[in-house]
Amino acid sequence: MIHARGLTKTFGTVEAVRGIDIDVSAGEIVGFLGPNGAGKTTTLRMLTTLLRPTSGTATVAGHDLFADPMGVRRRIGYVAQGGMIGPITEIGEEMELQARLYGMRRPEARERVADLLAEFELAGLERRTAATLSGGQKRRADIVMGLLHRPGLLFLDEPTTGLDPQSRANLWEHVRRLRDRDGVTVFLTTHYLEEADALCDRVLIIDHGRIVASGTPAELKAAEGAATLDEVFLALTGRALREGAAA
Amino acid sequence: MSALATLTGHYLRGTFKSRFAVVFGAVQPLLYLVLFGPLFDRSGVGSWDTLVPGLLMQLGLVSSGLVGFGIVFDQRFGVLERLRVTPVSRVTLLLGRVLKDSVVLLVQAVGITVIGYALGLRAPLAGVLLGLLLVTVLSIGMAALSYAAALTIRQELFPALMSTVVIPLMLLSGALLPMSLAPTWLDVVSRLTPFRYAVEALRALFAGSYASPAVLWGVVVSLVFVVVGMAVGTMRFQKENA
Repeated sequence: MIHARGLTKTFGTVEAVRGIDIDVSAGEIVGFLGPNGAGKTTTLRMLTTLLRPTSGTATVAGHDLFADPMGVRRRIGYVAQGGMIGPITEIGEEMELQARLYGMRRPEARERVADLLAEFELAGLERRTAATLSGGQKRRADIVMGLLHRPGLLFLDEPTTGLDPQSRANLWEHVRRLRDRDGVTVFLTTHYLEEADALCDRVLIIDHGRIVASGTPAELKAAEGAATLDEVFLALTGRALREGAAA
Repeated sequence: MSALATLTGHYLRGTFKSRFAVVFGAVQPLLYLVLFGPLFDRSGVGSWDTLVPGLLMQLGLVSSGLVGFGIVFDQRFGVLERLRVTPVSRVTLLLGRVLKDSVVLLVQAVGITVIGYALGLRAPLAGVLLGLLLVTVLSIGMAALSYAAALTIRQELFPALMSTVVIPLMLLSGALLPMSLAPTWLDVVSRLTPFRYAVEALRALFAGSYASPAVLWGVVVSLVFVVVGMAVGTMRFQKENA
């Protein structure tokens, strides 16, 4: 689903991503971890065609990132960290627009929106504005936005940040179901390592723009002789605070 | 093409949901029309036929110049980024907004003209329709530039900066008082701004002299302005990180 080789991104003189290789197979849930400023969001934005890599090659969802970004866009879903829906628009209307921008006709778009709203426990909320939804509802609505066109590959940037434990566990269930039932490949970033442990088949850890570890949570724990993924993470990326770094 | 129609329709529904916003966008020329127009009409400088074209230009500058403010919110809430990951081209994303803005502007311009008629405007219908077309075309360029500016400068500076740019352009165009009254230096500066030519073309159209050099120049300058505005807007929309 994702095959990237030597991806780099330089902003001016800052090397945000310094040559990373990523391989994700169909049907995997892969967690992409790293401290603030390590290059997570930059990498995600490159893989989703929002940012042009400085160098490297990548195939995403079967299409070349450089030669055919439109092909990539048709087949991926992307749920950004900061949300997807303005606060004062009705979520149903925004979803219908989004579906139609992928080429669905209005009746088909309406049906698809209704199906997904039901699936994500949002039925009956289509006339509500995003500002009136709870944190968990808002996040599920964002994910619906990314799924309207039935992408085979879904990118989630910190999908559970700021959610209470109930909403988080609920979101994990939805992500698992997407993979188990629909075969969707999921590539997600998170700061919650127990989430990566519980949800992801495999994790990649990025630091200073390089992949510093990759494997199943169990493999990484065994390799570092650690009991939790938190300990693995701190052993690999150090304990120094990254307060100066941008996202 | 269908994505463009979908987007434009979506934006139009959103805008006309709040009729207040449509009226509010035209409030400045509306106030000039009602509170300044009667004075102007008696001043001996010109009549309603001179003032209304000028106010339409003011509308085009102010209303379209500030549309970029809307995209600031879309950018902040991730809506813009969401649209940029869809297979819709960047140019279409810009055009959808700009077309919406030109429809809104046309509605506002028709409103100003109708009120102008009620107050004493006596321009030929054909000239008024051509004038509305010219203002609408011009507003497309202005709206595209406004979006480009909104995506380029710091968002909290945008309203202040746009007013600082738009108001001198409006005054220099001779929209409020004809530039025939101006001292030479002001007349020269005015000729360096595009909207001077558009205002004079509008006044000529409202006066029924369709084949005059003023109309020709106004049309040429407006078309160049639209091409430049759309080119700048498209370039900005195609840039990454927008």
